[in-house]
Amino acid sequence: MDTDKKPAIVIGAGPAGLCAAIELKKAGAPVILMDENSKPGGQLFKQIHKFFGSREHKAGVRGFEIGKELLAESLSLGIDVRLKTEVVGIEKGLKVWAVEDRSRSYTVDAATLILATGATENALSFPGWTLPGVMTAGCAQTLINVHRVLPGKKVLMIGSGNVGVIVAYQLMQAGAEVVAVIEALPRLGGYGVHTAKVRRAGVPFRCSTTIVRAEGKESVERAIIAKIDAGFKPIPGTEEVLEVDAICLAVGLTPSIELSCLAGCEQIYVPELGGNMPLHDQYMRSSVESVYTVGDIAGVEEASTAMEEGRLAGIHAAWSMGCMDEATMKRKTEETMGRLLSLRQGVFGQKRFAAKKRIVEQGAPR
Amino acid sequence: MNADESLKTTGAPSLDELRSAGMLPSVADFGNKGCVCIECIEEIPCDPCETSCPQGALMVGTPITNLPVIDRGKCTLCGLCIPACPGLAITIKSIQGDKAKIRFPWEYLPLPVAGQEAEMVDRSGQVLCTGRILAVGNPSRNNRTAVVTAEFPGEFVEEVISIRRDHGRI
Amino acid sequence: MTDIQLAGSARIEHHAILGDLEVAGEVTIFFEGAPLKARAGEPIMSALIAAGVKVFRYTKKGSPRRIFCGIGRCTDCVMMVDGVPGVRTCVTEVRNGMKVERQYGVGSWNTETETGDGH
Repeated sequence: MDTDKKPAIVIGAGPAGLCAAIELKKAGAPVILMDENSKPGGQLFKQIHKFFGSREHKAGVRGFEIGKELLAESLSLGIDVRLKTEVVGIEKGLKVWAVEDRSRSYTVDAATLILATGATENALSFPGWTLPGVMTAGCAQTLINVHRVLPGKKVLMIGSGNVGVIVAYQLMQAGAEVVAVIEALPRLGGYGVHTAKVRRAGVPFRCSTTIVRAEGKESVERAIIAKIDAGFKPIPGTEEVLEVDAICLAVGLTPSIELSCLAGCEQIYVPELGGNMPLHDQYMRSSVESVYTVGDIAGVEEASTAMEEGRLAGIHAAWSMGCMDEATMKRKTEETMGRLLSLRQGVFGQKRFAAKKRIVEQGAPR
Repeated sequence: MNADESLKTTGAPSLDELRSAGMLPSVADFGNKGCVCIECIEEIPCDPCETSCPQGALMVGTPITNLPVIDRGKCTLCGLCIPACPGLAITIKSIQGDKAKIRFPWEYLPLPVAGQEAEMVDRSGQVLCTGRILAVGNPSRNNRTAVVTAEFPGEFVEEVISIRRDHGRI
Repeated sequence: MTDIQLAGSARIEHHAILGDLEVAGEVTIFFEGAPLKARAGEPIMSALIAAGVKVFRYTKKGSPRRIFCGIGRCTDCVMMVDGVPGVRTCVTEVRNGMKVERQYGVGSWNTETETGDGH
């Protein structure tokens, strides 16, 4: 690594962080990629379904295969990847505090920072929600696709967004039975092609339905669900008992903004994309000089948009560090923005497009 | 959005919804050679069906949120689109006399076996009739999406979409 | 007191997309004193779930807990590991001879088995 130049530090080696680091390294910028986990890839390796989009978005390729490709590229480029490395502090002048393997701490002065820390799944509390057997959908997905264990044999899925529906399908692929997918709203949230796959496997979808409580002596044995009225209150007399040994919560994600807060990034509240998140402009720059935010931390969307946002920031950071000429930066940025735009189209995408537009309008440099 | 909201309330599209979106072939279309059925009625950015077709019979164009349009004159029923669709929304159906055939995607274990009896299901997973597995193909170019061919009584050709998924029996 | 059901592992041996489960090095950990086979490289969480362990810990008020987020962010899955309480079992890899015990409340440092390396 060029010891004269301060490096770019990318925090989070999921799809956004990997793509950012790859762009920086390809441009010849010194870059360190840090991740708290023992393996990179973020949530990408749990995605065993084929992605949508177009050929340029790797449509038809399974998430974990895209993960393998990104990993192979980062290895062949010789990117300095530091796993089991938690960033615990960010100081002015961009001094990053890192703890390696929960034992050794050190600091690095960064020329530029790209925060790609992702999002955390939301919780839904109800009587019995702490019982063994109640977990988030992502947790179930990690268990079945990464660790190859079943969280239970008969599962209730709460939440019909894409995460809930996709994980319901994957639970069946793993050998579990999905007893029902329930949704509080009157209409299902996920893509119709995803729900259709699950429905033709015989799984019932129940809208305007909530969980009233989970029961069991030492772990989940039953879930009691009920229909809800327009005020989301359970309607007396509509309770139903489902014999399940696992309950998965797919009730949304919230950006993991600890580091953007530590860095002093200005925030914006965007409920459509998960809640509080750092502001960014069209190049993914936050309100703090030389700090970019990309992927789910900048608004919960998809792996495909995370990759493009990571590329945007990597390209811009490489240019700002003097490692890329302006013409190349402009061309690559335009291409990346084009791909990003096409992902934010259609009946589902346009809501995300409108939300991102609102963010960028506020986050644009004064 | 249609008045019929079966897709967004039950999870599966109704025949009316498919018809309104131009995604339900007529019985004449099925014919004895068969036709491609794409049950893709929402505009999401996606076009691998288009790129998978060697004849250019599937068109999405730009923006890639366009619903696919099938040129039945160009389609040779090769079936490459069936495993290519990330939403597993494509089947090929045909009807000959009183027997119908379906080629559909399958991503569960156990894989069906040619010759075995199969319970044919509709879009809500309900068993409608008994059929027979004719062939199972899972070449590496499918990227782990097997394509199963089954025959079943012709009167169910519009309703049948797959075979029963046996819960938990791997 | 242990109640592991060692019969009927919940391991997914075959999978239409992920293929057959790859062979992994075997690691032996101890859960509540009883030996338990685990796969090298996996977190304590999945080894215990594969072995049928339903309860990982009890809160101060005696409420049973197991896992929630599975990726190290919620701390529902903490157990006593080698004498150290509060260890997140979903992000801690198994090691030969590792001693895993149910935690009660916040647990306590067991000076007999603590390895002192902070893990």
